[in-house]
Amino acid sequence: MLQISSATKYFKGQKIFSKLDLTVAKGCFHVIVGPSGCGKSTLFDGLTGVFPLDEGSLSWNHETLLSLKDHASYMQQKDMLLPWFSLLDNALLPAKTGGQDIKKATKQARSLFQRLGLKGYESHFASQVSGGMRQRCALVRTLMFNRDLILLDEPLSALDTITRRSLQSLLLLLQTEFKKTILMITHDIEEALLLADEIYLFSKRPMSISRHFVLDSPKPRKFNDPLLLNIKADVLDKLEGDLIHEQG
Amino acid sequence: MNRVNLLAVLFMGLILGLWEAFVRIMDVPIFILPPPSSIFVVALVRAPLILPHALVTLTEILMGIGLAVCTAIPLAIVMFAKPTLEKAFAPFLVASQAIPVFAIAPLLVVWLGYGIASKIFMAWIIIFFPICVSLLEGFKSCDPEFKVLFRLMGASFFKTLRLLYWPWALPRFFAGLKVGVTVATIGAVIGEWVGAQQGLGFLMIQSNARLQVDIVFAAILWLTAMGLAMWWLVGILEKKFITWK
Repeated sequence: MLQISSATKYFKGQKIFSKLDLTVAKGCFHVIVGPSGCGKSTLFDGLTGVFPLDEGSLSWNHETLLSLKDHASYMQQKDMLLPWFSLLDNALLPAKTGGQDIKKATKQARSLFQRLGLKGYESHFASQVSGGMRQRCALVRTLMFNRDLILLDEPLSALDTITRRSLQSLLLLLQTEFKKTILMITHDIEEALLLADEIYLFSKRPMSISRHFVLDSPKPRKFNDPLLLNIKADVLDKLEGDLIHEQG
Repeated sequence: MNRVNLLAVLFMGLILGLWEAFVRIMDVPIFILPPPSSIFVVALVRAPLILPHALVTLTEILMGIGLAVCTAIPLAIVMFAKPTLEKAFAPFLVASQAIPVFAIAPLLVVWLGYGIASKIFMAWIIIFFPICVSLLEGFKSCDPEFKVLFRLMGASFFKTLRLLYWPWALPRFFAGLKVGVTVATIGAVIGEWVGAQQGLGFLMIQSNARLQVDIVFAAILWLTAMGLAMWWLVGILEKKFITWK
């Protein structure tokens, strides 16, 4: 279980967020939705220890931690593939840097390539394949961390709508097939509705949780699920309200 | 590319043609400025005299380059790993470039002798700096987001160096090496001017004293050819190592 309690972060004396509480139970897929620039990525930087939190505590599986650096894998909007390595070698980076058994890791990576629709592209370079393929490879690399917790920072927002749809089903596999615990940031409400067990709706500065939705309809879900449509209307209402409030 | 090559050849032809015409029309004596045509002829006809000297100079330059590469790479890595050491070393590096090599060349000959060592050292001083600085700048230009990724993967400094920083800096390294190999000739030749028994610089001094200006120019022509060949070779190496661009 991932537990974040009273997380607080200042930047140049300005409060980005304070006393933020968030829990992700083991094996759950929680999604943070919020307007861009509200500080969602700053929260992730705090979790990963890039820019540590100023106050608050973190725990993973009841172990209190300073950061999730050694416990979480991380995927972001940019695919971050190195141009001098083939897709397979890129996927093997966590194995190479983390001192995993390379032979075993290669076998694992190859089977993940097959599972995520990259078979036949192992020796291609990032520059030779489409954005969707690159993001699939980044997803394989994320899995190759072999860590139970996955942080996703708008992983699909650089992709076109059609490619995004097909990758969303792969993100769902992280939970259903690979049994990972996932915390994802997105500003795509429909994406959140399709994937999330719980949605945290964030409001702008200082960032705070303005709404919390629990979605218990089974996955994979369809867009026209009336329950989802209800929540979607709710979320949009809330976001719009914030916007008007902000302008007023 | 062929168009560019053609332009380069045309431009070169124009300059040589003007030179040739100027010397012939003004009737400049050969010991003041020989025409390019006779320089080419002398460069080929006197090749048995020039080539052994060229070989010595080439050896000095190549060893200077080798020494510079072997020392610049570790120093760039150390300075990149420890920014405090970079601050400590930087003034000395800059100072090493500000010192006119002409001024210390006689001292180097006194210290290291008339042989090949003083020339290798001269070439090394000149080449070391561009390679070290460009490699360091290459390391530093690495995208911080990749550093974060490697940090999260738990990569050690040396693994990050091997898999991320080194390939990242490789284009800059080759840019520095290109500058290095072209100026390396200067170091070796100055070393030979000051005191040597062989080498193109030695040949130039000897020929100049005998008013054999055509041989001086022929030696310069061979030196230029060597510089161009090394530049071209580094370009080939660059293409071989940097396959992703």
